[in-house]
Amino acid sequence: MNEIVAGLTTAIELIVSLDAEVIETAIRSMTISLTATLFATLLAIPLGSVITFSEFRAKKVLINLIQTLYALPTVLVGLFVFILISRAGPFGFMRLLFTPEGMVIAQMILILPILSGLTISALKGVDSTILDTLRSLGASRYQFMKSVVREARYAIMAAVVLGFGRAISEVGAAIMIGGNIRGHTRVLTTAISLETSMGNIAMSIALGIILLSIALVINLILAFVQNR
Amino acid sequence: MEWNRIILVAALLIAGLLVAGCVSGDAPAVPDATAAPTAAPAPEELRIATTTSLYDTGLLDYLTPAFEEKYNAKLLIVSAGTGKALEYGQRGDVDVMMVHDRAREDTFIEEGNGVERRVIAYNYFVIVGPESDPAGIRGTEPEEAFQTLLTEGKAGTPGVVFVSRGDSSGTHGKEKAIWKAAGYDYATDVQNSGDWYVEAGTGMGATLVMANEKQAYTLSDIGTFLAYKGDLQLVPLVDSGDILLNIYSTMLINPEKHEGIDTELGKAWINYLISDEVQQEIKTFGVEEYGQPLFFPASGKWDLMGVPEAEVTAPVV
Repeated sequence: MNEIVAGLTTAIELIVSLDAEVIETAIRSMTISLTATLFATLLAIPLGSVITFSEFRAKKVLINLIQTLYALPTVLVGLFVFILISRAGPFGFMRLLFTPEGMVIAQMILILPILSGLTISALKGVDSTILDTLRSLGASRYQFMKSVVREARYAIMAAVVLGFGRAISEVGAAIMIGGNIRGHTRVLTTAISLETSMGNIAMSIALGIILLSIALVINLILAFVQNR
Repeated sequence: MEWNRIILVAALLIAGLLVAGCVSGDAPAVPDATAAPTAAPAPEELRIATTTSLYDTGLLDYLTPAFEEKYNAKLLIVSAGTGKALEYGQRGDVDVMMVHDRAREDTFIEEGNGVERRVIAYNYFVIVGPESDPAGIRGTEPEEAFQTLLTEGKAGTPGVVFVSRGDSSGTHGKEKAIWKAAGYDYATDVQNSGDWYVEAGTGMGATLVMANEKQAYTLSDIGTFLAYKGDLQLVPLVDSGDILLNIYSTMLINPEKHEGIDTELGKAWINYLISDEVQQEIKTFGVEEYGQPLFFPASGKWDLMGVPEAEVTAPVV
C-alpha cells in the first residue's frame, strides 16, 4: 500500500516540478499514439465504410477476420514489424527500427483492426430508414458513405477513443520497435516497464498516473470536439 | 454546455499546476544528460546494443555524456539480453555490440558478423541467496554449490529455490557453464527437474527482484547485484572461483556484411572505452556509492582474463 501512496506523491512531485525527462517521455508517448490513431482512423473509416456497404462473397469472412485481429498481441505486432523494418528485412533501407516513426507504424497496424471493426459495427447500427432515405434522395456512393458516417459518429468516436487508449497503453510493440532508448524512443509505458524491472515501484506508479492523466485530458478534448 | 464547464475546470487545474511549478522553490530537474549540444551540426547517431547486466548498473549512462560531447554524437543504447543483442548485431540493426559471453562472441566473430573485439572490463559473478542459507553453500566452490543446490532442491529441502535467468543472456550462459562443469546435462538434469528450479525469463534486475521475493538463490553479476543491494534481502554466498569470471567486450558489427554501419564513430567509441582515462573511470565507478567497484578495468589484465593482449591494448584503426 505504501508504494501506491509513494507513487501518488512522486507523481505530483514530477508534474509540479516539471521534470524535464518525464515531460519529454510523456510528450513522446502522446505524439506517437495520437499520430498512430490519426493515421489509423483515416484508413479505418473509409475501409469500414467500403466493407459495410459493398456486397462481396468473402464479406462475412473478412469481418470475422478483422474481429479476430482484436486479439492481436502487441508483442506479436512488434515482432512482425521488426522483421519487416530491421536492416536485414525488406524495408530495412528505410532505417525505421529504433525510431519513433517505426513505433507509429507499429501502433497503427495494431489498432487498425479495432478501428475498422468497430466502424463497421457502428455503420451497421445506423437505422435502415436513414439508409433508404439517403438512397431515395439520390445520394452518390461517396455522399451516401459520408452521411452514414456522420450518423454513426458517436459510435465511431468511441472506437477512436478506444484505439487511442490501446495505442498509448501498449508495451510490446513499443519495446520491440523502439528499443526503449533514453531520450529517443522511450515512452511512458516502456519507462514503466524499465522502472519496474529496476525495482523503482514508486516511479512506475507515478508514470502510470501521469499516463492516465494524459488519457483523461485527451478524452475530454475528444468529447468536446464530438459535441460540437 | 456542460462540457465547456468541464474543459474550463480542467484548463484551470493545469494552469494552477504550472503556476505552482514555477513558484515552487525546487529547481527543475537537470536536463537529460544525453541531450546533444545545440550549437554544433546535427549529432551523428551511433547505435549500440548492450546487455541488461551492463546497462542496469548505470555504467553506460555514466560514460556516454563525455563521448557525446567530444564527438558530437548521440548514442542510442538498446539494452536487452545477450541473445537479443547478438540478434540485433547479426541483422545489422546496431553499429556496436557490448556483451559478456565469450563463447557466443567467438562464434559470432567466426561467422563474420563482428570485428575488432576489444575487452573493456571484467568482474565476477556471484551466487546470492538468503542470509539463512538453507542449502548451506556459503563459501563453497561454485560447481560444488550448484551440486548442493540441485540435490537439496530436488530433495525438497524447504527454502531451497534457484531462480534462473531462463533467457539467452550472458548470465544464463554462465549459469549453464557452471552446471556443465558440475557434471550435469542442463536440458535433462536441471530444467524441469522440480519446483526448486525457477526459470524467470527476465533481465538481471527483475530476476534479482524475483529471487528476493522468494528468498531464493540466484546467479548474478556483481555489478547489478550491488546496484540493487539496498533493495534486496539477499547476500553473496559464493563469490570466488575461476569459473565466475565475467568478461565484458565490445565489438564493431562487420561493415562488410551490412550497409550503413557507422564505422568511424563505432571505432571511436571502442577506442574511447579502452583509453586510459575511461579505464580509470571504470575503476572508480560505483565505489563512492557502493563501497566497492562494480567493474575492474581490463587494462593490463589480459593474462588474468585469459584473452589476447591485443584485445585489451590495441586501438582500433
